[in-house]
Amino acid sequence: MAIGLHDSDFKNPVVRWIDQRMPVFTLMQKEYGSFPTPRNFNYFWNFGALAMVNLMIMIATGVFLAMHYTPHTAYAFDSVDRIMRDVNFGWLIRYVHMNGAHMFFIVVFIHIWRGMYYGSYKAPRELLWILGVIIFLLMMATAFMGYVLPWGQMSFWGATVITNLFSAFPIVGDWIVSLLWGGFSVDNPTLNRFFALHYLLPFLIVGVVFLHVVALHITGSNNPLGVEPKGPKDTLPFHPYYTAKDSFGLVIYFIVFAALVFFAPNILGHAENNIPADPLVTPPHIVPEWYFLAFYAILRAVPDKLGGVLLMFGAIAVLFVLPWLDRSPVRSMRFRPMARIAFLLWTVSFFVLTYCGAMPADEPYVTISRFATAYYFAYFLVILPLLGRLEKPLPLPESISRAVLGGGGGPLPAGAAAKPMEKA
Amino acid sequence: MVRNTLKALAVIGGLLAASALPAAAAGPYVPIPDTRFSFDGIFGAFDRASAQRGFQVYKETCAACHGMRLLSYRHLRELGFTEQQVAAIASQFQVVDGPNDEGQMFERPARASDRFRSPFPNRQAARAANNGAYPVDLSIITKARAGGADYIYALLTGYQDPPPGVEMMEGMHYNRYFPGHMIAMARPLMPDQVTFADGTPATVENMARDVTTFLAWAAEPELEQRRAMGVKVILFLTVLAGLVYAVKRRIWADVH
Repeated sequence: MAIGLHDSDFKNPVVRWIDQRMPVFTLMQKEYGSFPTPRNFNYFWNFGALAMVNLMIMIATGVFLAMHYTPHTAYAFDSVDRIMRDVNFGWLIRYVHMNGAHMFFIVVFIHIWRGMYYGSYKAPRELLWILGVIIFLLMMATAFMGYVLPWGQMSFWGATVITNLFSAFPIVGDWIVSLLWGGFSVDNPTLNRFFALHYLLPFLIVGVVFLHVVALHITGSNNPLGVEPKGPKDTLPFHPYYTAKDSFGLVIYFIVFAALVFFAPNILGHAENNIPADPLVTPPHIVPEWYFLAFYAILRAVPDKLGGVLLMFGAIAVLFVLPWLDRSPVRSMRFRPMARIAFLLWTVSFFVLTYCGAMPADEPYVTISRFATAYYFAYFLVILPLLGRLEKPLPLPESISRAVLGGGGGPLPAGAAAKPMEKA
Repeated sequence: MVRNTLKALAVIGGLLAASALPAAAAGPYVPIPDTRFSFDGIFGAFDRASAQRGFQVYKETCAACHGMRLLSYRHLRELGFTEQQVAAIASQFQVVDGPNDEGQMFERPARASDRFRSPFPNRQAARAANNGAYPVDLSIITKARAGGADYIYALLTGYQDPPPGVEMMEGMHYNRYFPGHMIAMARPLMPDQVTFADGTPATVENMARDVTTFLAWAAEPELEQRRAMGVKVILFLTVLAGLVYAVKRRIWADVH
């Protein structure tokens, strides 16, 4: 081997020539080929790959939409309708993009839920988790600005309500709002900058996703048992085992996606947004998209504007410090009988908040939202820190292979026997 | 199996949607009856004869106040009108074009490529001519109202005398299905208001059904192509899912 060249294992002369000078093939082989992956993933571990595919779909369809879209208050609504009516397969591209946003949030919500249930945020994966929360925040900003672009009634009034939230901050509030608007109300400059940012942010997401994957490939994946792999018996090469398993999950995801796009493309949207934006007519109910409803309910649960805004942002900010709030050394909720119930109740509170967010800000929904909000925060700030000290976890399996393969010699630890791993 | 899958998906979709449904508008809520249309269901298609009659109803009745500015006359080809028929329909309307070489705007008969002519030059003129109420554009009206085509049909057939004790405001009309029940639009359809060339009796129900079919087509002209493609895509993916699952089982066989 010549000095300065990478020592490549590839036989194909062309691949070898490239790999010696730029070892991308070695890198792919290491990170996605032979990468040692815990052997006991269940189907919840598909959702990271699904989110990655979803991001690519959003960028691909978004680029084509941008070729036909006009970011001007006088033309935006009509240009979107022209995409639906006259652009070849424009309806398909737009409905994939629109429902792709819904699918993205479904996938990412499940992905985050998975991380919380199996304790994937705990050491040594804290930074991996934090990068994930940053991606989630960027996604929310991107989705919000994307929803403004068709310039329908809900686009305009949603933008007005949400941007106005920033005015609650003392001193800098009004300045931030003018900056977002590019003027003194939601108008053409707002639409222009939202379009520019809606195009920019997905590429920032790609960047943070890259870091998310880098961090993942240092620590390796968590798994349903939350026990670190102790040797080659506990792992499988990523390819072909998990490429095959992810492929199956991907096809199922495509079926759900296709059912939405082809048979119910508007079911998750608001009819109101098919009315062109009119600054003089307020819709009867201004409701955000379903994926923001839980946070919207938290906002409305607080009688004080600034308090509501802080709590709404706090609902996400608290995720950043989750690794340090949960001090239990046990990752997976399978072995945490009390935390498991507390977390499932937290999940219920999230659904309750989502439901209340869709309802008018009247009784009984406000009171229900307050209880659900209280529990949402209590789980993070009170229950988890306390359980870290008080809870007695079930005994952990000795290793992944012991738990998965069962009679691999020697008596099984009680915990593993009580909770046999399903063969996925 | 596909059907069951679709049903299951529809249920999941329904559950998701239920959490996102906006609450009913103020006033006693009257549920919108489910009307059966030719384009209902996965394999439904627009009844072309009905949609053509619906276009006639629109042209002779609704178009007096309501525009459909997002449609072009050429789009009517998709309803089964021939190129000559579309040209003839378009030429009945005068549109403003220009400026010409002298710098003047001028009127000319519309061509197939022109957008539907709107009845009023601008929103203010529309309001001025309608007691201050704005007759909305109907291009995508079935997508723009909760309840879609069912709601439009219900609205068109929902005019009645106000129940005793209900005080109507000046110039308003009672409609069973309009949110709040007071609508500025006077009852638009009267029996035998139009004469259908194919002999279909022009009852209010027939006209309402026809014009709703036309409006549903106008709002979602891609609907038939979309569903046809969807059936193929889902069938393909279902078979693919089976194959991929078999491959996955095979690969994992030696691990368990």
